[in-house]
Amino acid sequence: MKGIINSLWLIPALPLLAAGIIALMKRPQRKPAAALAIGSMALAFLVSCVAFVATLQPEAGKGAVQLTHNFAWFDLGGSALRLGWLLDPLTAGMLVMVTFVGSLIFIFSVGYMDHDENLTRFFGFLALFAAAMLGLLIANNLLFLFMCWELVGVASYLLIGFWFHKPSAAAAAKKAFITTRIGDLGFFLGIVWLYHETGTLLFYDNGAGCLEQGALTKLVTQTTVGGMAVSTAISLLLFCGAVGKSGQLPLHVWLPDAMEGPTPVSALIHAATMVAAGVFLVARVFPLMGAATADLGLEGHSPHTTALTVVTWVGACTAVFAALIAVAQNDIKRILAFSTVSQLGYMMLGLGVGGPAVGMFHLLTHAFFKALLFLGAGSVIHGSHHEQDIRRMGGLRKLMPITFAAYAVGMMALAGFPLVFSGFWSKDEVLHAAMIWSPSKLPFLLGLFGAVLTAFYMTRQMWFVFFAPRAESASSPGRAAHSASHHEPQGASSSPHESPRVMTLPLVILAVATVLLSLFATPVWPWFHAYLGGQLDHLQVGWSADSAAGLTMLLSVLAVALGVSASWRLYSRGKAGTDAVERLFPRLFRALQGRLYVDEFYAATVFRLNAAVAVLSDWADRFVWSSVVELAAWLAKGLAWLSRTLDESGINSGFDAGCVETRGAGGFASRLQNGQTQRYLRILGAGVVVLVVAIVWMGNN
Amino acid sequence: MTPLAAYLLVSALLFAIGFAGALTRRNSILVLVGVELMLNAANLNFLAFWRYGPNPEALTGVMFVLFAIAVAAAEAAVGLALIIAIYRHYCSSNVEDVATMKG
Amino acid sequence: MNFIFAILAGLTVGAAFAAMTLRNLVHCALCLTVSLIGLALLYLQLGAEFAGFVQVLVYVGAVAILILFAVLLTRGGEAPVGRITNSLGAGLLVAAAVFGVLAWAIIGSSALKALPKETPQPALLVKAVGDKLMGEFVLPLQGIALLLTAALLGAVVIAMREKSSPAGVAVDSRSATRNP
Repeated sequence: MKGIINSLWLIPALPLLAAGIIALMKRPQRKPAAALAIGSMALAFLVSCVAFVATLQPEAGKGAVQLTHNFAWFDLGGSALRLGWLLDPLTAGMLVMVTFVGSLIFIFSVGYMDHDENLTRFFGFLALFAAAMLGLLIANNLLFLFMCWELVGVASYLLIGFWFHKPSAAAAAKKAFITTRIGDLGFFLGIVWLYHETGTLLFYDNGAGCLEQGALTKLVTQTTVGGMAVSTAISLLLFCGAVGKSGQLPLHVWLPDAMEGPTPVSALIHAATMVAAGVFLVARVFPLMGAATADLGLEGHSPHTTALTVVTWVGACTAVFAALIAVAQNDIKRILAFSTVSQLGYMMLGLGVGGPAVGMFHLLTHAFFKALLFLGAGSVIHGSHHEQDIRRMGGLRKLMPITFAAYAVGMMALAGFPLVFSGFWSKDEVLHAAMIWSPSKLPFLLGLFGAVLTAFYMTRQMWFVFFAPRAESASSPGRAAHSASHHEPQGASSSPHESPRVMTLPLVILAVATVLLSLFATPVWPWFHAYLGGQLDHLQVGWSADSAAGLTMLLSVLAVALGVSASWRLYSRGKAGTDAVERLFPRLFRALQGRLYVDEFYAATVFRLNAAVAVLSDWADRFVWSSVVELAAWLAKGLAWLSRTLDESGINSGFDAGCVETRGAGGFASRLQNGQTQRYLRILGAGVVVLVVAIVWMGNN
Repeated sequence: MTPLAAYLLVSALLFAIGFAGALTRRNSILVLVGVELMLNAANLNFLAFWRYGPNPEALTGVMFVLFAIAVAAAEAAVGLALIIAIYRHYCSSNVEDVATMKG
Repeated sequence: MNFIFAILAGLTVGAAFAAMTLRNLVHCALCLTVSLIGLALLYLQLGAEFAGFVQVLVYVGAVAILILFAVLLTRGGEAPVGRITNSLGAGLLVAAAVFGVLAWAIIGSSALKALPKETPQPALLVKAVGDKLMGEFVLPLQGIALLLTAALLGAVVIAMREKSSPAGVAVDSRSATRNP
């Protein structure tokens, strides 16, 4: 079982191989490409399950299973650059989740992308995306993790811009790529600094890794500018990368725009791969983040270090901020996108206040129900012929029953309906951890407010999509344009229809998984905590929570109830075609609809500054530098003129005279060489005579 | 006049005749004939010196003549082949016409 | 002895002179043959019988025939019209100067006078020549063998007909027109 670590590389290698083969396929080979991608993911899922089982048997007294397999990649002078695979509960849980959700999304894509002529390319990109994410998960080296991280970025660029002929998609792809790049700069600086300080980038290396006791002690005791510990500074730099990738404030702007990609891509980005990478990174380097001089290596309870405090505040603010914006969005996918941003904020909050177990559990549950929601949204969009505005939907409950049921499960999980939905338990844990967080109660309150808002906007969305009276669709220009381009002979385009089975089946599976997952982290049986913490053998069934947990649960149930009921009352009584909140608070609603003008703010500040700097550099280039260059050029020209004059009058004339002389001599010599052999012979004879006479004459004297 | 001097004079005369022919005849074959005569004059010199020299038992003169004859035969073969090749190319066996190497 | 020498010397020198002055190239070749035979006889006179026979074999038997062939191949069979010499005065002057120098050296040489007037005829055995060739001079002999082989091959290669050369075509066409 422990030998699985040596073949852990198979998990990312399988989709990567599939991506490579698909890249060589021709466009019409749609079915083989899809089968290959799905098959590789399914195989990767099987291998992941084996790896997962391997982590279920911790050795007594040693904490969590932690298997590493390190090897030298290449030698750099005296030291070798070493890479490695790492298998611990964190990795194993993520591997299973990513491969499982990924497989379902792949299957769903077969139905969703049925009409697209570039299906083969799509599956190639999907497989590459999944491979990069899986590589990121098994990395035992920060550099390898970074490489996969960037690969994830590239694949997301390709997929968001999959319909690159749409200018908005191309722009969104660029935006996603560049925005995450800003965070990656900090990430990379952090890597370099970490390597400089510890001399290794391996996470765990039998005590010599950068996340182990020796290195941490060294990092914590050193200080840098402003008395900040080096570990804190590096943690914050690494967190920059996570902020970019996981769409935290202030770099969240790319995530809603990423909706321009096909819906399965959105599901993959939001649930399994891209945004999870940031949270995973924080969880992975949690020992570094939580390292403090006093309580080294303390797990389970979060130490209150500066880095984690920053993580907490960023997460809390993002959670509320994005939830507010989500209230006023009309695009079905955009609402989900902002809810993702909000939930990612919760994850960060959980990591900050409660440690990896809290944050990661929310990540896992969120992956399932967000994939479910996105695929449900995809099914809705597919069924209603690429209509994305929720105000033009309505009444789909009857027309798409399976989708409705699955979507309802996802919605309730996201909103945090009590007891049987995994989202409730994971969010409750985050809130619980925030409540007992000693430095401040404000993150807890923010989280609670966010929970109200989440329930509110999800109910709003459900109402508009599935319950509202059906709006007249003929007036919609988008629909008209669409039905013109996608004409279907049966006349089915006039009314929405249920999606094919290949799309509903993943929905059902995900819905079931969403419910089942709730069993694993209830306060009665906190299996997941024990699993991540390596204390499975101490696990007991029973009420293990303190009084604060009960209070939190009560408050969170109240928050959900408040949000749902308020939303339901407002919208079910409102007139069709207008938004109830808009009527109540028109200015606030417009501000929220404009996403609180963050993009505009960036356009007004960063872009304007950038443009100003560009204009300034252009001006400097034109007038300052070019005049310097031209001055130098004139100087050089003057020198050259001087040199030429000297050369022509002084040196050349003498040289020319020599040349003329040489040429004359050459002409004379050449006349001797007239090609007549007899003349040569004659001269030779005369020479012999002269030579003999001379020798004899000299000999006689 | 000693017999040696007489032989040497005959040899010198032969050499001069061959040399004059090589210098003045226009036909390249006759130039070659002149060269052959000069070689033979040299051979006669060798033999004369062997015959009247201080130690004739060493046989060096005879050996030299034998080798010279062999080399001269080779020279004649190559020279005549050259003449034929040049004749084919220029349609002439006149030495004046072959002056491509003139400066 | 002196008489025979005088006859042989006269024959050799006269034939050589004729070979260098006659107009017809075939006649020149024949006169050269006579001169070479005279030289062979002179070798015999000197006691070098082996060298004389080699002279006859190689020069009279091979080189003279070769020259005859060359004359005929280059259409030198007919007597040429017009000038047969080239800068005659200068050539003769140089040749005469060379002969003068040589003769002056021979007659005026004190080393020659120091040699004994008359020496016994050395006995030259073919066996001795063979021993020398296979013993002391075996390396030069091999070298000569190599040289002859190379010269043979070289002569064949040089005299081979030029392939598809424009000049060669011109030669052929011109010779064809000249043929009666």
